[in-house]
Amino acid sequence: MSASAVRVVEREFGELALNMGPQHPSTHGVLRIVLHLSGETVVRAVPSIGYLHRGVEKLAEHLAYDQLAPVFERDDYLAPTANSHAFVLAAEALGKIEAPRRGRWIRALVAEWQRIASHLVWLGTLGLDLGGALGGGTTLYMYCFREREKILDLMESLTGTRFHTNVNMIGGARYDLDAETAARSSALAAEIEAALPSLAALSGGTPIFRERTRGVGVIPKDLAMGIGVTGPTLRGSGIRFDVRRAAPYDAYDELPFEIPIRAAGDAEARFQVRMDEIVQSLGIVRRIVEGLPAGPIFSRKPLKNPKATKLPAGEAYVAVESPRGELGFHIVSDGGAKPYRLKISAPSFRNLQVVPHLLPGGLVADVVAILGSLDPVMGDVDR
Amino acid sequence: MPAPEIVEALRVRFGAEPAPLGVSLPAASLLAAMRALRDTYGYRSYVTATALERDGRFEVAHAVRDVEMNDTLFVRVRVQRDGAEIDSLAFVYAGAEWHEREILDLFGIAFRGHPDPRRILLPDEYVGHPLRKDFAIETPWGYRP
Repeated sequence: MSASAVRVVEREFGELALNMGPQHPSTHGVLRIVLHLSGETVVRAVPSIGYLHRGVEKLAEHLAYDQLAPVFERDDYLAPTANSHAFVLAAEALGKIEAPRRGRWIRALVAEWQRIASHLVWLGTLGLDLGGALGGGTTLYMYCFREREKILDLMESLTGTRFHTNVNMIGGARYDLDAETAARSSALAAEIEAALPSLAALSGGTPIFRERTRGVGVIPKDLAMGIGVTGPTLRGSGIRFDVRRAAPYDAYDELPFEIPIRAAGDAEARFQVRMDEIVQSLGIVRRIVEGLPAGPIFSRKPLKNPKATKLPAGEAYVAVESPRGELGFHIVSDGGAKPYRLKISAPSFRNLQVVPHLLPGGLVADVVAILGSLDPVMGDVDR
Repeated sequence: MPAPEIVEALRVRFGAEPAPLGVSLPAASLLAAMRALRDTYGYRSYVTATALERDGRFEVAHAVRDVEMNDTLFVRVRVQRDGAEIDSLAFVYAGAEWHEREILDLFGIAFRGHPDPRRILLPDEYVGHPLRKDFAIETPWGYRP
């Protein structure tokens, strides 16, 4: 919407048009929302995205398959491996490449640790969003980041990098899990499990937090399905759908875990779903380390020339459950060494689309609570 | 893939043909077929939309899902590259609105009856549609990945 159109709205209808973002701390990056306000109440919200658009889908048409996985790790920068995970699974489906069992389990292990790390960032920033009511906000943030830091340290000892781990390769995993790192993983799982009650007490346990989130930003079931929201946002609206169960990949068909859901559909429900998911993920990483099968981690010959890998012509759509929801890769191959067309179906893009339906009728203060409960990552939205 | 009787019903009612990951429809029957999929066949959940350019034509695929049956169906439409126009699904599935804007932005395919046909990722004044095959990736100083 152009600046002149905004001024006209203000003059004609007595509404104030307020630009929230793109440099606003509670928008978690570079999201801009044009809020039309009548007093303190939002009457209309127009999100504006694209500030972080890097054109990876076009870039993907110009790079070889084996060069691409690290590129996609830069998309969703709070859970980098989820992106490359979905990509390598789609490429494996296209090329009928079987990854060895141990490699698949290690990929699932890293994915689950990053889910926990991503949820901890979300919880900490939600505390910041809701602000002074929660012990100055920064208290919860610091406790969450202290726990997340330990996960990043574990990732460093497993893969050599803290964050963009590059663990996923077409055909398996790049790094093996040694006994020492396995022991550290189990110890860390116990440590974080012990820290969770205090994190929950600092957030959901306080009456102010409940006041700010209960009944705020309710997504009814029909709207959730029609928009196509996904991940914890969908499960917070009472729909039991998780890609790890619906279309199991890697180790998830062999691991028992539960899919937490809540029926309320409000910000508090999404908060509770994510908190329960952390507990489930801790159980999964424990089971993976206990039952990790022996054998090779990579099934293809060592790569000398990454541009030599060709995948047969065809189409594949494979999704993973990233911390934010269903992250799908649709690859069309013409039989060459590069994708003919590659589409990333990003969960944050799908979740953010519900914002214009949620904000009207609420207060400005609810905007940050709702955005925080949706957990969008702008790198994932804009790709 | 959906149950065989749904594929058969789509073929008889809307002229659907089998295609990778789902079915392919004549462009004229897209809107009616998607309404039927949503209301009659249980595909109430919207997943994503994608497009591609192949052999001088555009293909647009909408993915919809039946959560109870755990089935995802890609419904695809082919149109001529020049002056391409496809019926918008924004009033059938609310989630199609942004995905269609993305395709409009990156491919330049127009959607008939779209409530808000603006660019979504690129700036409004941007010239060209990057995901078309004739859009060069080279920079003026000669860089290419």
